[in-house]
Amino acid sequence: MIAIVDYGMGNVASVQTAFEKLGYPVIITDQPDQLKAASHIILPGVGSFQAAMAEIEARQLADLLKELALTKPFLGICLGMQLLFTTGYENGLTKGLNLIPGTVERIETPQLLPHIGWNELKITDLVPSFKRFDGSYVYFVHSYAARTSAEYTVAYTDYDAEITAIVKKGHVYGIQFHPEKSAHIGSEIIKTFLNEVSS
Amino acid sequence: MIVKRIIPCLDVKDGNVVKGTNFVSLRELGDPVAMAKAYSEQGADEIVFLDISATNEARETIVDIVRSTARNVHVPFTVGGGVRTISDMTRLLQAGADKVGMNSAAVANPQLIKDGAERFGSQCIVVAIDAKKFVDGWHVMTHGGSKDTGKDAVEWAKEVEQLGAGEILLTSVDTDGVKSGFDLPLTKAVVEAVRIPVIASGGVGKPEHFAEVFEATDVSAGLAASIFHEHTFSIKEVKDCCKRRGVNIREA
Repeated sequence: MIAIVDYGMGNVASVQTAFEKLGYPVIITDQPDQLKAASHIILPGVGSFQAAMAEIEARQLADLLKELALTKPFLGICLGMQLLFTTGYENGLTKGLNLIPGTVERIETPQLLPHIGWNELKITDLVPSFKRFDGSYVYFVHSYAARTSAEYTVAYTDYDAEITAIVKKGHVYGIQFHPEKSAHIGSEIIKTFLNEVSS
Repeated sequence: MIVKRIIPCLDVKDGNVVKGTNFVSLRELGDPVAMAKAYSEQGADEIVFLDISATNEARETIVDIVRSTARNVHVPFTVGGGVRTISDMTRLLQAGADKVGMNSAAVANPQLIKDGAERFGSQCIVVAIDAKKFVDGWHVMTHGGSKDTGKDAVEWAKEVEQLGAGEILLTSVDTDGVKSGFDLPLTKAVVEAVRIPVIASGGVGKPEHFAEVFEATDVSAGLAASIFHEHTFSIKEVKDCCKRRGVNIREA
Protein backbone atom coordinates (compact mmCIF):
# COMPACT_ATOMS: atom_id res chain seq x y z
CA MET A 1 0.00 0.00 0.00
CA ILE A 2 1.29 3.42 -1.02
CA ALA A 3 0.46 6.18 1.47
CA ILE A 4 -0.17 9.74 0.33
CA VAL A 5 0.34 12.06 3.28
CA ASP A 6 -2.84 14.03 3.93
CA TYR A 7 -1.94 17.31 5.60
CA GLY A 8 -4.48 19.70 4.14
CA MET A 9 -2.30 21.19 1.39
CA GLY A 10 -4.25 20.83 -1.81
CA ASN A 11 -6.27 18.22 -3.61
CA VAL A 12 -4.58 14.88 -4.09
CA ALA A 13 -7.11 13.04 -6.28
CA SER A 14 -4.89 13.33 -9.35
CA VAL A 15 -1.81 12.05 -7.50
CA GLN A 16 -3.85 9.16 -6.14
CA THR A 17 -5.12 8.29 -9.63
CA ALA A 18 -1.61 8.43 -11.07
CA PHE A 19 -0.46 5.63 -8.74
CA GLU A 20 -3.69 3.64 -8.98
CA LYS A 21 -3.44 3.60 -12.78
CA LEU A 22 -0.06 1.89 -12.37
CA GLY A 23 -1.77 -0.82 -10.33
CA TYR A 24 -0.80 0.26 -6.82
CA PRO A 25 -3.32 0.45 -3.99
CA VAL A 26 -3.26 3.90 -2.39
CA ILE A 27 -4.33 5.26 0.98
CA ILE A 28 -4.60 8.97 1.76
CA THR A 29 -3.88 9.42 5.44
CA ASP A 30 -2.32 11.39 8.28
CA GLN A 31 -2.54 8.45 10.71
CA PRO A 32 0.89 7.35 12.02
CA ASP A 33 0.05 3.63 12.10
CA GLN A 34 -1.13 3.71 8.48
CA LEU A 35 1.94 5.64 7.40
CA LYS A 36 4.19 3.17 9.23
CA ALA A 37 2.47 0.25 7.52
CA ALA A 38 2.84 1.73 4.01
CA SER A 39 5.28 0.49 1.38
CA HIS A 40 6.01 3.99 0.00
CA ILE A 41 5.41 7.50 1.35
CA ILE A 42 4.23 10.19 -1.07
CA LEU A 43 4.30 13.79 0.15
CA PRO A 44 2.27 15.99 -2.20
CA GLY A 45 1.31 19.64 -1.70
CA VAL A 46 0.36 22.96 -3.19
CA GLY A 47 0.73 26.24 -1.29
CA SER A 48 3.51 27.90 0.69
CA PHE A 49 6.49 26.23 2.40
CA GLN A 50 5.81 27.92 5.70
CA ALA A 51 2.09 27.00 5.75
CA ALA A 52 2.91 23.41 4.78
CA MET A 53 5.46 22.90 7.56
CA ALA A 54 2.98 24.43 10.02
CA GLU A 55 0.36 21.87 8.93
CA ILE A 56 2.87 19.02 9.26
CA GLU A 57 3.93 20.20 12.72
CA ALA A 58 0.29 20.64 13.78
CA ARG A 59 -0.28 16.96 12.95
CA GLN A 60 3.01 16.02 14.70
CA LEU A 61 4.18 14.34 11.52
CA ALA A 62 7.62 15.91 11.02
CA ASP A 63 9.62 13.45 13.12
CA LEU A 64 7.62 10.50 11.86
CA LEU A 65 8.21 11.46 8.20
CA LYS A 66 11.95 11.83 8.85
CA GLU A 67 12.01 8.43 10.51
CA LEU A 68 10.02 6.78 7.71
CA ALA A 69 12.35 8.27 5.09
CA LEU A 70 15.21 6.25 6.60
CA THR A 71 13.62 2.96 5.64
CA LYS A 72 10.89 3.52 3.04
CA PRO A 73 10.91 4.82 -0.53
CA PHE A 74 9.82 8.45 -0.24
CA LEU A 75 8.64 10.86 -2.95
CA GLY A 76 7.90 14.55 -2.51
CA ILE A 77 5.92 16.21 -5.30
CA CYS A 78 5.89 19.97 -5.99
CA LEU A 79 5.69 21.67 -2.57
CA GLY A 80 6.24 18.22 -1.04
CA MET A 81 9.57 18.09 -2.87
CA GLN A 82 10.58 21.48 -1.49
CA LEU A 83 9.84 20.32 2.07
CA LEU A 84 12.55 17.64 1.73
CA PHE A 85 15.23 20.35 1.96
CA THR A 86 16.91 21.97 4.93
CA THR A 87 15.41 25.46 4.84
CA GLY A 88 12.71 27.36 2.99
CA TYR A 89 12.57 31.12 2.45
CA GLU A 90 8.92 31.53 1.40
CA ASN A 91 7.10 33.83 3.88
CA GLY A 92 10.16 33.97 6.11
CA LEU A 93 12.75 31.39 7.04
CA THR A 94 11.27 27.96 7.85
CA LYS A 95 13.00 24.68 8.66
CA GLY A 96 12.18 21.85 6.29
CA LEU A 97 12.41 18.08 6.82
CA ASN A 98 16.14 18.20 6.02
CA LEU A 99 16.18 14.87 4.18
CA ILE A 100 18.29 16.40 1.39
CA PRO A 101 20.76 19.26 1.97
CA GLY A 102 19.67 22.48 0.27
CA THR A 103 17.51 25.57 0.45
CA VAL A 104 14.26 26.62 -1.25
CA GLU A 105 14.41 30.16 -2.61
CA ARG A 106 12.45 32.40 -4.94
CA ILE A 107 13.45 31.79 -8.56
CA GLU A 108 15.71 34.52 -9.92
CA THR A 109 14.82 34.93 -13.58
CA PRO A 110 13.97 37.71 -16.02
CA GLN A 111 11.02 35.50 -17.08
CA LEU A 112 7.49 35.69 -15.63
CA LEU A 113 6.70 34.20 -12.21
CA PRO A 114 5.03 31.93 -11.31
CA HIS A 115 6.84 29.55 -13.67
CA ILE A 116 3.60 28.12 -15.12
CA GLY A 117 3.53 25.69 -18.00
CA TRP A 118 5.36 22.94 -19.84
CA ASN A 119 9.13 23.03 -19.74
CA GLU A 120 11.83 20.68 -20.96
CA LEU A 121 13.73 18.27 -18.71
CA LYS A 122 17.52 18.10 -18.86
CA ILE A 123 18.68 14.87 -17.24
CA THR A 124 22.04 14.56 -15.49
CA ASP A 125 24.12 11.37 -15.30
CA LEU A 126 23.05 10.63 -11.71
CA VAL A 127 20.34 8.04 -12.41
CA PRO A 128 20.73 6.32 -15.81
CA SER A 129 17.10 5.08 -15.95
CA PHE A 130 15.91 8.72 -16.09
CA LYS A 131 18.11 9.48 -19.11
CA ARG A 132 15.30 8.67 -21.53
CA PHE A 133 13.33 11.68 -20.24
CA ASP A 134 15.95 14.10 -21.51
CA GLY A 135 14.07 16.61 -23.70
CA SER A 136 10.63 15.58 -22.37
CA TYR A 137 8.15 18.30 -21.47
CA VAL A 138 6.48 18.33 -18.05
CA TYR A 139 4.10 20.72 -16.28
CA PHE A 140 5.47 23.16 -13.70
CA VAL A 141 3.63 25.61 -11.42
CA HIS A 142 5.83 27.34 -8.82
CA SER A 143 7.72 30.50 -7.88
CA TYR A 144 10.22 28.95 -5.47
CA ALA A 145 12.78 26.28 -6.29
CA ALA A 146 15.38 24.12 -4.59
CA ARG A 147 19.06 25.03 -4.55
CA THR A 148 21.04 21.91 -3.94
CA SER A 149 24.22 20.13 -4.90
CA ALA A 150 24.78 18.39 -8.26
CA GLU A 151 25.25 15.16 -6.30
CA TYR A 152 21.47 15.09 -5.65
CA THR A 153 20.23 16.54 -8.96
CA VAL A 154 18.63 14.05 -11.35
CA ALA A 155 17.06 16.66 -13.64
CA TYR A 156 16.71 20.39 -14.09
CA THR A 157 14.98 22.75 -16.49
CA ASP A 158 15.92 26.05 -18.08
CA TYR A 159 13.86 29.17 -17.35
CA ASP A 160 16.64 31.68 -17.89
CA ALA A 161 17.68 30.17 -14.57
CA GLU A 162 18.58 26.57 -13.87
CA ILE A 163 15.61 25.15 -11.97
CA THR A 164 15.94 21.90 -10.02
CA ALA A 165 13.33 19.47 -11.37
CA ILE A 166 14.09 16.00 -9.90
CA VAL A 167 16.29 15.23 -6.90
CA LYS A 168 17.38 12.04 -5.21
CA LYS A 169 19.27 11.04 -2.11
CA GLY A 170 19.22 7.28 -1.54
CA HIS A 171 15.58 6.21 -1.83
CA VAL A 172 14.27 9.73 -1.13
CA TYR A 173 13.13 11.42 -4.35
CA GLY A 174 11.64 14.82 -5.06
CA ILE A 175 9.85 16.05 -8.19
CA GLN A 176 9.26 19.81 -8.54
CA PHE A 177 6.79 19.59 -11.44
CA HIS A 178 3.43 17.78 -11.45
CA PRO A 179 3.90 14.28 -12.91
CA GLU A 180 0.17 13.68 -12.37
CA LYS A 181 -0.54 16.62 -14.72
CA SER A 182 2.19 15.86 -17.24
CA ALA A 183 0.20 13.53 -19.50
CA HIS A 184 1.71 10.16 -20.46
CA ILE A 185 5.29 11.20 -19.69
CA GLY A 186 4.37 11.99 -16.07
CA SER A 187 3.13 8.45 -15.58
CA GLU A 188 6.36 7.07 -17.06
CA ILE A 189 8.38 9.18 -14.62
CA ILE A 190 6.40 7.85 -11.64
CA LYS A 191 6.91 4.32 -12.96
CA THR A 192 10.65 4.94 -13.21
CA PHE A 193 10.76 6.17 -9.60
CA LEU A 194 8.89 3.04 -8.46
CA ASN A 195 11.27 0.79 -10.40
CA GLU A 196 14.35 2.55 -9.03
CA VAL A 197 13.29 2.21 -5.40
CA SER A 198 12.24 -1.42 -5.81
CA SER A 199 15.61 -2.55 -7.15
CA MET B 1 12.58 26.81 -22.27
CA ILE B 2 8.91 27.02 -21.47
CA VAL B 3 6.56 26.41 -24.40
CA LYS B 4 3.59 28.36 -25.70
CA ARG B 5 0.40 26.64 -24.60
CA ILE B 6 -2.53 25.63 -26.81
CA ILE B 7 -5.78 25.44 -24.82
CA PRO B 8 -9.19 24.23 -25.99
CA CYS B 9 -12.17 25.73 -24.16
CA LEU B 10 -15.32 23.70 -23.48
CA ASP B 11 -18.55 25.59 -22.82
CA VAL B 12 -20.62 23.42 -20.51
CA LYS B 13 -24.33 23.89 -19.91
CA ASP B 14 -26.33 21.63 -17.59
CA GLY B 15 -23.57 19.05 -17.78
CA ASN B 16 -23.11 18.96 -21.54
CA VAL B 17 -20.73 20.64 -23.92
CA VAL B 18 -22.94 22.97 -25.90
CA LYS B 19 -20.65 23.82 -28.76
CA GLY B 20 -19.23 20.98 -30.69
CA THR B 21 -22.22 19.23 -32.15
CA ASN B 22 -20.00 18.30 -35.09
CA PHE B 23 -17.46 16.63 -32.88
CA VAL B 24 -17.98 13.32 -34.62
CA SER B 25 -14.88 11.37 -33.67
CA LEU B 26 -16.24 10.64 -30.21
CA ARG B 27 -19.03 8.29 -29.38
CA GLU B 28 -19.68 10.19 -26.15
CA LEU B 29 -20.85 13.23 -28.02
CA GLY B 30 -21.13 16.26 -25.80
CA ASP B 31 -19.62 14.57 -22.73
CA PRO B 32 -17.23 17.17 -21.28
CA VAL B 33 -14.95 14.63 -19.58
CA ALA B 34 -14.61 12.50 -22.72
CA MET B 35 -13.90 15.58 -24.81
CA ALA B 36 -11.32 16.90 -22.35
CA LYS B 37 -9.65 13.49 -22.31
CA ALA B 38 -9.57 13.33 -26.11
CA TYR B 39 -8.08 16.81 -26.36
CA SER B 40 -5.43 16.05 -23.74
CA GLU B 41 -4.46 12.89 -25.61
CA GLN B 42 -4.20 14.89 -28.84
CA GLY B 43 -1.74 17.24 -27.16
CA ALA B 44 -3.77 20.03 -25.54
CA ASP B 45 -1.53 21.65 -22.92
CA GLU B 46 -4.44 22.54 -20.65
CA ILE B 47 -8.23 22.46 -20.73
CA VAL B 48 -10.63 25.25 -19.78
CA PHE B 49 -14.24 24.52 -18.81
CA LEU B 50 -16.62 27.44 -18.87
CA ASP B 51 -19.85 26.66 -17.04
CA ILE B 52 -22.66 28.62 -18.65
CA SER B 53 -25.50 26.93 -16.74
CA ALA B 54 -28.15 29.38 -15.65
CA THR B 55 -29.27 27.75 -12.41
CA ASN B 56 -27.59 26.73 -9.19
CA GLU B 57 -28.95 23.19 -9.51
CA ALA B 58 -27.32 22.86 -12.91
CA ARG B 59 -24.08 24.22 -11.48
CA GLU B 60 -23.89 21.25 -9.14
CA THR B 61 -23.25 19.09 -12.20
CA ILE B 62 -19.99 20.94 -12.94
CA VAL B 63 -18.58 19.69 -9.61
CA ASP B 64 -19.19 16.10 -10.73
CA ILE B 65 -17.56 16.89 -14.07
CA VAL B 66 -14.55 18.36 -12.28
CA ARG B 67 -14.24 15.31 -10.05
CA SER B 68 -14.37 12.95 -13.00
CA THR B 69 -11.95 15.09 -15.04
CA ALA B 70 -9.41 15.04 -12.22
CA ARG B 71 -9.50 11.24 -12.33
CA ASN B 72 -9.42 10.81 -16.09
CA VAL B 73 -7.55 13.73 -17.63
CA HIS B 74 -3.84 14.09 -16.97
CA VAL B 75 -3.22 17.70 -17.94
CA PRO B 76 -4.11 20.80 -15.89
CA PHE B 77 -7.59 22.24 -16.14
CA THR B 78 -9.33 25.46 -15.20
CA VAL B 79 -13.00 25.93 -14.37
CA GLY B 80 -14.76 29.24 -14.78
CA GLY B 81 -18.32 30.50 -14.91
CA GLY B 82 -20.43 31.26 -11.88
CA VAL B 83 -17.48 31.55 -9.48
CA ARG B 84 -18.67 34.25 -7.07
CA THR B 85 -17.45 33.32 -3.60
CA ILE B 86 -14.57 31.67 -1.80
CA SER B 87 -16.82 28.70 -1.15
CA ASP B 88 -17.43 28.35 -4.93
CA MET B 89 -13.65 28.22 -5.37
CA THR B 90 -13.22 25.75 -2.52
CA ARG B 91 -15.84 23.44 -4.02
CA LEU B 92 -14.15 23.38 -7.45
CA LEU B 93 -10.58 23.10 -6.17
CA GLN B 94 -11.54 20.40 -3.66
CA ALA B 95 -13.16 18.47 -6.50
CA GLY B 96 -9.81 18.56 -8.32
CA ALA B 97 -9.71 21.66 -10.54
CA ASP B 98 -6.18 23.07 -10.86
CA LYS B 99 -7.35 26.65 -11.27
CA VAL B 100 -10.56 28.63 -11.03
CA GLY B 101 -11.52 31.46 -13.34
CA MET B 102 -13.61 34.47 -12.42
CA ASN B 103 -14.90 37.33 -14.52
CA SER B 104 -17.93 39.51 -13.66
CA ALA B 105 -17.70 38.63 -9.96
CA ALA B 106 -14.10 39.90 -9.83
CA VAL B 107 -15.14 43.20 -11.42
CA ALA B 108 -17.99 43.59 -8.93
CA ASN B 109 -15.82 42.53 -6.00
CA PRO B 110 -12.05 42.79 -6.62
CA GLN B 111 -11.40 41.64 -3.04
CA LEU B 112 -12.46 38.18 -4.24
CA ILE B 113 -9.19 37.93 -6.23
CA LYS B 114 -7.13 38.85 -3.18
CA ASP B 115 -8.99 36.51 -0.85
CA GLY B 116 -8.73 33.66 -3.35
CA ALA B 117 -5.01 34.19 -3.92
CA GLU B 118 -4.29 34.33 -0.19
CA ARG B 119 -6.34 31.25 0.50
CA PHE B 120 -5.31 29.02 -2.41
CA GLY B 121 -2.21 30.66 -3.93
CA SER B 122 -1.97 32.89 -6.98
CA GLN B 123 -1.32 29.90 -9.23
CA CYS B 124 -4.96 28.83 -8.72
CA ILE B 125 -6.51 32.17 -9.60
CA VAL B 126 -7.27 33.06 -13.21
CA VAL B 127 -9.03 36.35 -13.89
CA ALA B 128 -10.91 36.46 -17.18
CA ILE B 129 -11.10 39.88 -18.80
CA ASP B 130 -13.48 40.53 -21.68
CA ALA B 131 -12.39 43.70 -23.48
CA LYS B 132 -13.92 45.82 -26.22
CA LYS B 133 -12.39 48.73 -28.14
CA PHE B 134 -13.75 52.25 -27.62
CA VAL B 135 -12.34 55.61 -28.74
CA ASP B 136 -10.52 56.03 -25.43
CA GLY B 137 -9.05 52.51 -25.30
CA TRP B 138 -10.35 49.06 -24.36
CA HIS B 139 -13.14 48.76 -21.80
CA VAL B 140 -13.82 45.83 -19.50
CA MET B 141 -17.10 44.19 -20.49
CA THR B 142 -19.16 41.89 -18.28
CA HIS B 143 -22.22 39.67 -18.65
CA GLY B 144 -20.93 37.78 -21.64
CA GLY B 145 -19.48 40.88 -23.28
CA SER B 146 -22.77 42.79 -23.30
CA LYS B 147 -22.30 45.28 -20.46
CA ASP B 148 -19.74 48.11 -20.59
CA THR B 149 -18.24 48.76 -17.17
CA GLY B 150 -16.36 51.84 -18.40
CA LYS B 151 -13.25 50.40 -16.74
CA ASP B 152 -10.00 50.52 -18.73
CA ALA B 153 -9.00 46.94 -19.57
CA VAL B 154 -5.22 47.49 -19.43
CA GLU B 155 -5.49 49.24 -16.05
CA TRP B 156 -7.76 46.47 -14.79
CA ALA B 157 -5.19 43.87 -15.89
CA LYS B 158 -2.54 45.65 -13.77
CA GLU B 159 -4.95 45.80 -10.86
CA VAL B 160 -5.79 42.09 -10.94
CA GLU B 161 -2.07 41.31 -11.00
CA GLN B 162 -1.60 43.50 -7.91
CA LEU B 163 -4.50 41.73 -6.19
CA GLY B 164 -2.81 38.37 -6.70
CA ALA B 165 -4.16 36.86 -9.91
CA GLY B 166 -1.80 34.22 -11.27
CA GLU B 167 -2.97 34.45 -14.86
CA ILE B 168 -5.18 36.54 -17.11
CA LEU B 169 -7.52 35.01 -19.67
CA LEU B 170 -8.00 37.87 -22.12
CA THR B 171 -10.90 37.70 -24.56
CA SER B 172 -11.50 40.31 -27.22
CA VAL B 173 -15.23 40.92 -27.57
CA ASP B 174 -14.48 42.49 -30.97
CA THR B 175 -12.77 39.46 -32.50
CA ASP B 176 -14.65 36.71 -30.63
CA GLY B 177 -16.58 34.59 -33.11
CA VAL B 178 -15.23 36.47 -36.13
CA LYS B 179 -12.57 33.84 -36.91
CA SER B 180 -10.17 36.33 -38.45
CA GLY B 181 -7.48 36.00 -35.80
CA PHE B 182 -6.71 37.14 -32.26
CA ASP B 183 -6.92 40.82 -31.34
CA LEU B 184 -3.19 41.52 -31.62
CA PRO B 185 -3.15 45.18 -30.42
CA LEU B 186 -5.23 44.36 -27.32
CA THR B 187 -3.17 41.27 -26.52
CA LYS B 188 0.10 43.17 -26.92
CA ALA B 189 -1.12 46.05 -24.73
CA VAL B 190 -2.13 43.75 -21.86
CA VAL B 191 0.90 41.44 -22.09
CA GLU B 192 3.23 44.44 -21.93
CA ALA B 193 1.39 45.91 -18.93
CA VAL B 194 1.71 42.89 -16.59
CA ARG B 195 4.29 40.37 -15.35
CA ILE B 196 1.96 37.36 -15.11
CA PRO B 197 1.08 34.93 -17.93
CA VAL B 198 -1.69 36.02 -20.31
CA ILE B 199 -3.88 33.63 -22.32
CA ALA B 200 -5.21 35.17 -25.55
CA SER B 201 -8.75 34.27 -26.59
CA GLY B 202 -11.26 35.18 -29.26
CA GLY B 203 -11.03 35.10 -33.01
CA VAL B 204 -9.29 31.89 -34.01
CA GLY B 205 -10.36 30.58 -37.41
CA LYS B 206 -7.29 28.64 -38.48
CA PRO B 207 -4.00 27.32 -37.06
CA GLU B 208 -2.00 30.26 -38.46
CA HIS B 209 -3.81 32.57 -36.04
CA PHE B 210 -2.07 30.90 -33.10
CA ALA B 211 1.34 31.31 -34.75
CA GLU B 212 0.50 34.95 -35.46
CA VAL B 213 -0.30 35.88 -31.86
CA PHE B 214 2.83 34.11 -30.59
CA GLU B 215 4.97 35.96 -33.15
CA ALA B 216 3.39 39.38 -32.62
CA THR B 217 3.21 39.34 -28.80
CA ASP B 218 4.79 37.68 -25.76
CA VAL B 219 1.50 36.04 -24.80
CA SER B 220 1.93 32.70 -22.94
CA ALA B 221 -0.99 30.74 -24.35
CA GLY B 222 -3.77 30.79 -26.92
CA LEU B 223 -7.29 29.52 -26.36
CA ALA B 224 -9.96 28.51 -28.86
CA ALA B 225 -13.23 26.62 -28.88
CA SER B 226 -15.06 26.28 -32.16
CA ILE B 227 -12.15 25.42 -34.46
CA PHE B 228 -11.46 22.36 -32.33
CA HIS B 229 -15.06 21.36 -31.56
CA GLU B 230 -16.28 21.74 -35.12
CA HIS B 231 -13.43 19.48 -36.06
CA THR B 232 -12.16 22.08 -38.49
CA PHE B 233 -8.64 21.65 -37.15
CA SER B 234 -7.01 19.37 -34.61
CA ILE B 235 -4.69 20.39 -31.77
CA LYS B 236 -1.93 18.65 -33.70
CA GLU B 237 -2.53 20.75 -36.83
CA VAL B 238 -2.29 23.90 -34.72
CA LYS B 239 0.93 22.70 -33.11
CA ASP B 240 2.43 21.59 -36.42
CA CYS B 241 1.71 25.02 -37.88
CA CYS B 242 3.28 26.78 -34.88
CA LYS B 243 6.31 24.52 -35.06
CA ARG B 244 6.81 25.16 -38.80
CA ARG B 245 6.83 28.86 -38.04
CA GLY B 246 9.40 28.50 -35.29
CA VAL B 247 7.10 28.84 -32.28
CA ASN B 248 8.31 26.81 -29.29
CA ILE B 249 5.56 24.24 -28.55
CA ARG B 250 5.28 20.84 -26.87
CA GLU B 251 4.85 17.88 -29.19
CA ALA B 252 2.58 15.30 -27.63
